[in-house]
Amino acid sequence: MAIQASTSSKVVATVAAWLVGFVIFFPILWMVLTSFKSELDAFAIPPKFLFFHWTTENYGIVQSRSDYFGHALNSIILSFGSTLLGLIVAIPAAWAMAFAPSKRTRGTLMWMLSTKMMPPVGVLVPIYLLFRDSNLLDTRGGLIFIEFMGNLPIIVWMLYTYFKEIPKDILEASRMDGATIGKELFYVLAPMAVPGIASTILLNIILAWNEAFWTLNLTTVHAAPLTMFIASYSSPEGLFWAKLSAASTLAIAPILVLGWFSQKQLVRGLTFGAVK
Amino acid sequence: MAATAQIRTVGRILVAPSVILLFLWMIVPLGMTIWFSLLRYNLLDPGTESFIGLKNYGYFLADPAFFTALTNTLVLVGSVLGITVVLGILVALLMDQPFFGRAIVRLMVIAPFFVMPTVSALVWKNLLMHPVSGLFAWITRLFGLTPVDWFADVPLLSIILLVAWQWLPFATLILLTALQSLDEEQKDAAKMDGAGAISRFIYIVVPHLARAITVVILMETIFLLTVFAEIFVTTGGGPGLQTTNIAFLVYAQALLQYDIGGASAGGIVAVVLANIVAIFLVRLVGKNLEA
Repeated sequence: MAIQASTSSKVVATVAAWLVGFVIFFPILWMVLTSFKSELDAFAIPPKFLFFHWTTENYGIVQSRSDYFGHALNSIILSFGSTLLGLIVAIPAAWAMAFAPSKRTRGTLMWMLSTKMMPPVGVLVPIYLLFRDSNLLDTRGGLIFIEFMGNLPIIVWMLYTYFKEIPKDILEASRMDGATIGKELFYVLAPMAVPGIASTILLNIILAWNEAFWTLNLTTVHAAPLTMFIASYSSPEGLFWAKLSAASTLAIAPILVLGWFSQKQLVRGLTFGAVK
Repeated sequence: MAATAQIRTVGRILVAPSVILLFLWMIVPLGMTIWFSLLRYNLLDPGTESFIGLKNYGYFLADPAFFTALTNTLVLVGSVLGITVVLGILVALLMDQPFFGRAIVRLMVIAPFFVMPTVSALVWKNLLMHPVSGLFAWITRLFGLTPVDWFADVPLLSIILLVAWQWLPFATLILLTALQSLDEEQKDAAKMDGAGAISRFIYIVVPHLARAITVVILMETIFLLTVFAEIFVTTGGGPGLQTTNIAFLVYAQALLQYDIGGASAGGIVAVVLANIVAIFLVRLVGKNLEA
């Protein structure tokens, strides 16, 4: 009896959960389907769900007309560049705070967190003017710097919460054995820190890839990443839904895959370790 | 002892670059914003900058557009929080049940969070909410009703729905993570004591979720206060000022009207608003840090 009851409740839960999942996922699914339609089919009423003439022409057009790869390259350079810079600066800091905490460590961490609370619009004016005056508008370098600074507090925090979980005894032991700080870092700590660093990289790439305040305000053509590339589809010229969908699918596909791999770390990173 | 002192010094040197960079990043632009906010400074009128004290704040705060933008900001933040927290709890509870294909459903539920804002905005505006060929219009007609022209008739509601869709996965994921850390033994013990599903929910699950809910509300508020791209690509703040929030108002004042002084005053107002929330969040995370 008990087993039967739990099986039927499992079936109910399965139906409900799949329904909810489908509804939430639907806009993405619909976008992907539309990207394989002709523009006429994309506008068709009633909508054509699966039985339409499947075509990949939109993907070709998106590339030839609006240089998808150029913008994708900017997105890649921006997200990897800002992440790499962030790691270089944050790893030493997080290491020091996790393994050699001082009286000031807690205050420093809190203060770093508070810098993330500053709304970007509060500094839009000076950043825009500084960029204009130093010819950084619409350059990759300028944008990388902005994303790097914007995400630095998150990187330090994430690394700190991971490093803190590495057992200290191991370090004590290696110190007893006479290991220097350098050796300790490379032979003992590094291998144990790799998973945390990998998660941090993943989350930071996702955040930088999707960031759309600075990219929309500071780029136009040359340094424009995919967020800006898609925004250029907001002024419609004739039939464009299928092409918009194809461009959008290309823009989100890589990050959707990365995101799915990093679900667990996402919670930790975005709540600064408050929920694990 | 010498070793500890040495480690301390090395520690300080290692932390220094992050601290110095973040300090400059915070203090230089913010200081400039404050300075600009005290000037009469328009990019169309170069060379006429003059110190006018707090007048920009007077103009900005007295402008009816500010009150509209503040109301829109609060309505947007409040509605999205309401929708995502309530639905987030329900979806998380559902996801926490045993069912077939959990991993796949979980992926589907969190997917919207990884979609860049400009894509979500344009897909919702065109493919779903278009008054003639959108999917919602088709569904409305199936029920024999007149389709809604979403972005013309209820623009703020349209933005709210779209932003809520983007943030629902975040709320769900965090609440689900919290639910899964709830001790099974505790639930079983309550069951043995004869507690029903509802009282178990009220007395065990809700208190356990309280902190996660607080985190969701605070984190989302920080991001929702500065929703920008979604408005930028769909309505441009309109029609009229109906979808202009504080962030968009400041942007429009700076980069569309070139009023650097006024926009800077607006930026400082936005910073003050965000800081009120931030104080609560930093305290909350700080408490957790000690535990």
